[in-house]
Amino acid sequence: MSTEQLELFEVFIRSSRGLDHKHVGSLHAEDHAHAVDYARDCYTRRNEGVSIWVVKSSDICSSQEDDAPEFFDPSDDKPYRHATYYPLPKEVGNM
Amino acid sequence: MSTNMAKSNQYDNEDTVKQKTLQYAARLGDDSLILGHRLSEWTSNGPFLEEDIAMGNVALDYVGRARMFYTYAAELAGNGKTEDDFAYLRDERQFQNYLLLELPRGDFAFTIVRQLFVDVYNDYFLTELKNSNDPEIAAIATKSHKETRYHLRRTRDWTLRLGIGTDESKAKMTKALNDIWGYTHELFEPDALEIELIELGVAVDPRLFKEKWLHDVQTIIHEAELEMPDADWAVRGGRNGFHTEHLSMLLTVMQSVHRAHPGASW
Repeated sequence: MSTEQLELFEVFIRSSRGLDHKHVGSLHAEDHAHAVDYARDCYTRRNEGVSIWVVKSSDICSSQEDDAPEFFDPSDDKPYRHATYYPLPKEVGNM
Repeated sequence: MSTNMAKSNQYDNEDTVKQKTLQYAARLGDDSLILGHRLSEWTSNGPFLEEDIAMGNVALDYVGRARMFYTYAAELAGNGKTEDDFAYLRDERQFQNYLLLELPRGDFAFTIVRQLFVDVYNDYFLTELKNSNDPEIAAIATKSHKETRYHLRRTRDWTLRLGIGTDESKAKMTKALNDIWGYTHELFEPDALEIELIELGVAVDPRLFKEKWLHDVQTIIHEAELEMPDADWAVRGGRNGFHTEHLSMLLTVMQSVHRAHPGASW
């Protein structure tokens, strides 16, 4: 059997101290159940996780690098979108 | 009988039980180490990277199990020997693992079929061993059983994939089932030493779960659209130290570094 007959999956692991699943890598497997097993073997051997998600790589729709200028550059000069831009009234104190 | 004599008999008995428990622990260590070594031979030879890593994990589970049993055996021996003496400084005749476990790894189907028989067996065996009245052995069983539950999940999954897979994978699984079947019988045949330890509540009586084992194995094999093997030959001898020609080669490879560099550590 070669990896050409298998599908590619992205693996997300939630660590015991984390609240969110974080992307840790990818792997080859035949189906979702198979992928969860291999994620356990490939990515949680050193006690990294308490929960696993897998997603078919082909199911992920991503932004394109070519789109980056119009996607991301326009937010560069809009500091008023950050909460830190606004001074807090004294009465509020530290937030 | 005087009180003194009764006492000395009691001590003698304790000593005998200790010796027998030592031997039992060493046997369970042998079973784990030899199978662990065979599984480790897949490292860098797996069908693809993910399976290579997964199989390596299983091999390590078994080697870790062997270390626990040998360490306990060494402690019972109380003569300064360590786990390494058991693993690296004994000869073929002193190993008492089941023959099934020493057979060469074969092709992937062979390895999976062997694991199927072993994992279903260990699931029942370790469940019982957790109740051993030897607390050390019971503790090792508790730790090992979780590992075996996962091994079985993997093995069942692969049996279905290969059984239902292609004509080629089905043919290889069928051949493996028939080649291995005759080696499974001795797993259910405790010898005098084991029967004595069973009566003392230390060892597990595998005869009690043979029917359940057969039923589970049969269910998975049929689910995988394979036929139960019907070979009527049986090979036995592992518990007496009589082995196939494969064990000596395995030991030569496994023990070569330790024998060439005694006491080396890294």
